Amino acid sequence: MRALRRPVGLVGVALLALVLFAAAFGPVLWGDRAAAVDTADLLAGPSAEHWIGTDNLGRDLFARVLVAARLSILLALAATAIGMVLGFLLGAAPMLLGRRLGRLITAAVNVLVAFPGLLLVLFFAVVFGVGARGAALAVGLAGAPAFARLCHTLIAGVSERDYVAAARIAGVGRVRMLWRHVLPNIAEPVIVYATMTAGAALLTFAGLSFLGLGVQAPDYDWGKLMQDGLNGIYVHPLAALGPGIAVVLAGLAFNLTGEAFAAGPRRTHVLPPAGPPSPATTPAATTVLSADDLRVTIPGPNGPIHAVRGVSLTVGDGEAVGVVGESGSGKSVTALAVAGLLEPPVRVEAGHLAVAGEDLLAPGASRRLGTALAVVFQDPMTSFNPAHRVGPQLAEVSRFHQGMGRRAAFARAVDRLRAVRIGDPARRARQYPFEFSGGMRQRAMIGMGLMGEPRLIVADEPTTALDVTVQRQVLDLLADVRRDTGAALLLISHDVSVVTDVCDRVLVMYAGRVVEELPAKDLRALARHPYTRALVAAVPDMETDLDRPLAVIPGLPVDPVEAPAGCAFAPRCPLADDHCRAVPPPLLDGVACHKAGEAQ
Amino acid sequence: MKTPTSGVKVGRWPRFALRRAARLLASLWVLVTASFLMIHLVPGDPVRAALGPTAPADLVLAHKEELGLLDPLWQQYATFLGHLLQGDLGVSIASRLPVGEVIAQQLPATAELALLAFLLAVAVAVPVGVVMAVLTRRGRGRRAELAFTGTNVVVSAIPDFLLGVGLVYLLAVQTHVFPVAGRAGPDSYVLPVLALAVGPAAVLSRIVRVEMLAVMEADYVRTARAKRLTPVRVHVVHALPNAVTATLTIGGLALSSLVAGTVLVENVFAWPGLGSSIVSSIVAKDYPLVQGTVLVYGVGVLLINTLVDVALALLDPRSAIGEA
Amino acid sequence: MSTLTFHEVSVRYGTHTVLHEVSLEVPEGETVGLVGESGCGKSTLARAAVGLAPVTSGAILLDGRPVPTRGRRPVQMVFQDPYSSLDPRMTVGESIAEALPGRPARRERQQEIARLLALVHLDPGRAGDLPGQLSGGQRQRVALARALAARPQVILADEITSALDVSVQGAVLNLIRDMRRELGLSMLFISHDLAVVRYVADHLAVLHAGRIVEHGPAARVLGDPRHDYTRHLLASAHPLKEHT
Repeated sequence: MRALRRPVGLVGVALLALVLFAAAFGPVLWGDRAAAVDTADLLAGPSAEHWIGTDNLGRDLFARVLVAARLSILLALAATAIGMVLGFLLGAAPMLLGRRLGRLITAAVNVLVAFPGLLLVLFFAVVFGVGARGAALAVGLAGAPAFARLCHTLIAGVSERDYVAAARIAGVGRVRMLWRHVLPNIAEPVIVYATMTAGAALLTFAGLSFLGLGVQAPDYDWGKLMQDGLNGIYVHPLAALGPGIAVVLAGLAFNLTGEAFAAGPRRTHVLPPAGPPSPATTPAATTVLSADDLRVTIPGPNGPIHAVRGVSLTVGDGEAVGVVGESGSGKSVTALAVAGLLEPPVRVEAGHLAVAGEDLLAPGASRRLGTALAVVFQDPMTSFNPAHRVGPQLAEVSRFHQGMGRRAAFARAVDRLRAVRIGDPARRARQYPFEFSGGMRQRAMIGMGLMGEPRLIVADEPTTALDVTVQRQVLDLLADVRRDTGAALLLISHDVSVVTDVCDRVLVMYAGRVVEELPAKDLRALARHPYTRALVAAVPDMETDLDRPLAVIPGLPVDPVEAPAGCAFAPRCPLADDHCRAVPPPLLDGVACHKAGEAQ
Repeated sequence: MKTPTSGVKVGRWPRFALRRAARLLASLWVLVTASFLMIHLVPGDPVRAALGPTAPADLVLAHKEELGLLDPLWQQYATFLGHLLQGDLGVSIASRLPVGEVIAQQLPATAELALLAFLLAVAVAVPVGVVMAVLTRRGRGRRAELAFTGTNVVVSAIPDFLLGVGLVYLLAVQTHVFPVAGRAGPDSYVLPVLALAVGPAAVLSRIVRVEMLAVMEADYVRTARAKRLTPVRVHVVHALPNAVTATLTIGGLALSSLVAGTVLVENVFAWPGLGSSIVSSIVAKDYPLVQGTVLVYGVGVLLINTLVDVALALLDPRSAIGEA
Repeated sequence: MSTLTFHEVSVRYGTHTVLHEVSLEVPEGETVGLVGESGCGKSTLARAAVGLAPVTSGAILLDGRPVPTRGRRPVQMVFQDPYSSLDPRMTVGESIAEALPGRPARRERQQEIARLLALVHLDPGRAGDLPGQLSGGQRQRVALARALAARPQVILADEITSALDVSVQGAVLNLIRDMRRELGLSMLFISHDLAVVRYVADHLAVLHAGRIVEHGPAARVLGDPRHDYTRHLLASAHPLKEHT
């Protein structure tokens, strides 16, 4: 009932309760009044006695609108039920009947779904004849294909999940699978859709009756009342608009309720006002990247997430610095902050944050960086724009920042693709990203960074999504690029061996802080922080002793919403004492640990 | 899969054309067969129902003879297909006029209405959706978001014919700005087009916004920002084309339902189009005319769907080779 | 425990051949590591053995008889993604119970669930938890317990640690080694990570573009690779050697 806490949901449910109340008790409470003929008061306008006037027999229209609720709602619900049951059976057919028959049914549904609902309704209305029952069948059947498509998509989505495969392997039958695994996992969207369909069916019915194809006199629903009222719209418009308003309110009741449940609890808390700013500091002159006391806060559903909690780092000209850590350590967020790619509502604070001489905390600085900073992202499959060809995506950098013409920029793009060892670059530049393999895309991404003259390359897990043999090529390429251009490198990775392989200096991050900073060559042997040592030992490499169990870090990583008071690693640390749990250790002499260097 | 070869490229378009044409033909066949069967699915005697209980028996028989209803079913089907291929849709029971002629007379009015409404809906929805997405991305502009979604839900709960009635009341009956009904000068188009366009515009703008919001979170938009381009360039050149794909899909559906929506709106405005005639012919049980009109609507919808798919394939080359 | 044999297994989807006449044996009580890059067909091989991928030609045999691909399989599989391998709407206990053979009485069932959870080093009290309350590593243990619940003769582990954080991966690998020692499990252990496979496998098979290019005892394949592709893989996995 989370949906009720949202104002939209509250309004929707309240309206729905009102509409259902009218449907349930309308005929009992106002039935007599709605049927009372008053020949002295025909086609009267609104008055204190008849709020929206009377019809051609002098019957009170307001009462008639209330009474019509029952038939309108019942017909809509009946049609929805017909559509849902039929649609669900059709949608579940591929799962229940096997591949071949299922595919046939799916193809048929796909053909039917192309025709708009109203056209199907008209078709079935011809077949079933004019009248309430025919209309209910028509609206129901017409809704079935769309619902079948939805069920099919949802079921197919759930069927792809591994737990369905696991259940199949465990010998679970088709019907039980549908009942136990599929239905509970698609119930929510199905109910939401059904609610909205009921709203739509209500409107369709009103339309049908309005056209004279639905409910026939002497019965009446809202559409019929509107049809009757339309003729007199010049004299008294409320006769047509009154039932219309009822239709809209009822439709809204269904839609708002569905909407509120569909949206779910997406509420994120607004960040509290910023604390006192870190004292402003100035970067050293010879560094290409300098950050002091960097803090990044992201609004989350359970309160602000302190992703980075006071990181200071510098990268000298031409230096290669690595950042390692597990997921949730804040390493990627640090990279994005340094690259100036975080936007509000994410909050970035720092004493100073300077890249290639630009103060990134100043407004608009990110754009002034121009081509001085190149960025390589983790997933090469999604980092290129699928709608544009590769060459122009590279050329855009030169056209925008270096004022080159279309042709010159494209020529440079081809040249840069060649520089990152992409074969036949002139042809490749005219291809779309999906025609490139993962490794090629990552090289093209590096090529994009080389369109200008970068002083710093920020690479966020550049090899994680690639195969081992391709990883090697990309790392080698990065090394070559650094040698050729003299650019500095900030390499983010979870993989200790990648970082030690490429970088001069390594920062180890845990729970949004740097816990240790040391030369890359010392990482394996001379680390002093218990976390660094455990991290190195936990990963098997080609020299790991096969006779001993792997080192294990007990416990779970810190929830970044609740940053602990003391050392974040203390709950998992074999050396931790009360002092560790109470006082956060500062980063002194390259390590942030009260017990630095002690044996475990 | 790792190294896509250039072989993929050869024959991509012919294969797409073939597949799409096959689907169009299958859908057409379903449509034609359904409209053929329609008259046979009607319970009881359709001709008797059309002519009324007082019609003499030999007149009913003569009509049946004329409609070919006395032949075996397969032969009727073959004749129906044969006539259809020659563009012969039969003769209206009520007016005795050739159905093709009646439809040809009314089709332009309906097509005009649908097309104008569609253009208006797109012209309003796309900019509104994009601007709203940019304003409300990542939980910004809470109030703007609430106002937008609130208006949207309310507007989409108002059926087009009801909107038509409301517009007639406000702008024709009360203020006499526009004519109440009929198709005459340009000002007679305003209300029906508006009534038809508002609903799809609301749906479409919502889709555009949702798509834009999703696309703006995509990695390649981050890449575009990493190139230090201006926000306008990032949104228009990099985000929008990727949101267009889904928008076009939904837009196509909106256009086809808009075609069907003309039925109701035409009845409100006494618009001399197909919609007015299909309703009166359903009530009058003039089956050949209903059959022909349903066919024309259906073919229109199928053509729209095919056009949308071709446009999609041109805009997004993956969709042409994907969906295998 | 039994021997699982792949005999010239081919899997073809339309014109695309994923596996070319792959022959491989998982001997009783031993662990065979299968390495290869993404798209080489290693997951397909495992899925074929449990009837999740259609075998175009060849045979998959368990102790000389075709592996059944309906009902409760004697070969069980553990999947890569811990976030998709457990039904989010079923408790840990229900997921495990579903795989138990027969229809044990309530009490018996609970005892068995507790025993299996203890076996994978999880607190039996967590049987009532939903997967959403568990971490990735804990979910993989539950998935392993579910596979064991079906009394399998062979277990297929498909990249079971690659979605886990490094600090958690070690614990799962230790568990796999413990279980092989204590239960004498036959296992096909699939991974793209040579170092991980090296740690758990007795035998090693290298799959490249749908073909087994090399197989043999793990120590031999790693120490004295005979196929160019294996050497290439090994060189890529040894970044440290060139630089230090």
